[in-house]
Amino acid sequence: MIVDISELSVSYDGIGALEKISFGINKGDFLGIIGPNGAGKSTLFHCMLGLHLEYQGTIKFFNKDIRKSEEYLTHIGYVPQKPVVDRNFPATIREVVSMGQANNDPDMVDEALQKVWMHELADRRIGDLSSGQQQRVFIAKALVSSPKILVLDEPVTGVDIHNKDLFFQILSELNSKEKISIIWSSHDLDAVERLANKVACLNKTLFFHGISQEFFSDEEMMKKYSETSMQMHMHHH
Amino acid sequence: MVFDILSFGFMQNAIISGIAISLICSTVGLFLVLRKYSLFGDALAHSAFGGVALGLFLGFYPLWAAYAVSILSALALTKIRQKFDISGDAIIAILLSSGIAVGIVLISLSGGFSIDIFSFLFGSVLLVSTENVIGILGMCAAILIILIIGYKKFMYITFSEEQARVSGIRVEKLNYLLIAIAGITVVTSMQLVGVLLVSALFVIPNVTAMMFKRSFKQTIILSMSFSVFSTVAGILISYPLDIAPSGMVVLLAITLFIGSLVMKSAGMIKTTGILAKRA
Repeated sequence: MIVDISELSVSYDGIGALEKISFGINKGDFLGIIGPNGAGKSTLFHCMLGLHLEYQGTIKFFNKDIRKSEEYLTHIGYVPQKPVVDRNFPATIREVVSMGQANNDPDMVDEALQKVWMHELADRRIGDLSSGQQQRVFIAKALVSSPKILVLDEPVTGVDIHNKDLFFQILSELNSKEKISIIWSSHDLDAVERLANKVACLNKTLFFHGISQEFFSDEEMMKKYSETSMQMHMHHH
Repeated sequence: MVFDILSFGFMQNAIISGIAISLICSTVGLFLVLRKYSLFGDALAHSAFGGVALGLFLGFYPLWAAYAVSILSALALTKIRQKFDISGDAIIAILLSSGIAVGIVLISLSGGFSIDIFSFLFGSVLLVSTENVIGILGMCAAILIILIIGYKKFMYITFSEEQARVSGIRVEKLNYLLIAIAGITVVTSMQLVGVLLVSALFVIPNVTAMMFKRSFKQTIILSMSFSVFSTVAGILISYPLDIAPSGMVVLLAITLFIGSLVMKSAGMIKTTGILAKRA
């Protein structure tokens, strides 16, 4: 097991955001994390990435508690929710991908850009790209440090269908060919069913974690998910 | 005539230190402008003014007091902003007005404005002695070396703090370092440009360079070029006209900005800002 989350609870001002979540991720897993808005998906990701440390329970990456060492971050590539890129930010795609890299290896940057089919646009400015193209650049950015795990937080929200399909194809290849484990949160149940081999269904508590096919073929479970989503939707409005 | 002016030792000092100051102001300024912190240089300069007044009041060398006050207030207010979630523009306003307030009170207590204070407010080529030039060059070299070594990290943090943090970069420490560097840059620069106009060198060349829509490296080089040109030409033009060089330096920087705006409006600037074709 490369990720082990045990009894994870988070609350903001006394209101529970996550309650006693426990699950593990194996090497090579393509895990889709689904749940309605406000279910705690982003909170879970923030905890896993060390951005939010005020939680109960333990999170282990590669058998090490993340509170004790940040070394695990060097093995993680993170693609955030559709990032707001300042159109005027003066950086080319190549510069964005190599940002923060200690070693300046242009070949690795080119290789990462080739994997997401963006190498021909490498000298364009990031602000001139569509949001779908920008997200592919952020995958390249995540790949340049040769991660073992890719973490993607609702990466294709607002991205057009063509770029969404390209994005999913890239993820699928990274998982099957490069053997990169993927943790991906999404609202798109069809895409999760198509791509992920494991599913974690979240709504403050974890009410399903297991094989994707089992979840999607279980009518009771799907019904429960729909009801929960609807309840959360009503709650938000 | 230019050669006549350059034959004066104090002008050589001013030109050499002006070039060094232009290089660091444009580099540090780009990070601040991109973080929507354009007025932070102004606030730091005003707090440095409070430091100058404190130095004169207590009988210290005013620049050392300015360095201490500028760096400490920048770091303290950055901490306060993080801890109490106060917006950046409010913090800048507080820093700006407290520096001036401290300065005014201390100057009043010590018997009113002196020539020294006016020199720091408006800058003076006469302020830059040969010892100062050595100090300025050393300070500028140290700042440039730090920025060159850490530029990919500073750039990443400026682009996205969250992503930089997840990639293992010590964001808080580097933020403090950048803010401290900005404080040092302001005080180093204000000897020549003056408290009131130092932030112009942080902002105007960078905004002008960004209009050309180039890469990060090219933007820094463009900004440095605009800054060096404005500073050197400003010093050279102001001397025979007997006017404060800081005003002329900033006016030239603004002229370049307006010229670039006009050229851009007329489509004369070839940018890379073409909408990318959908791959």
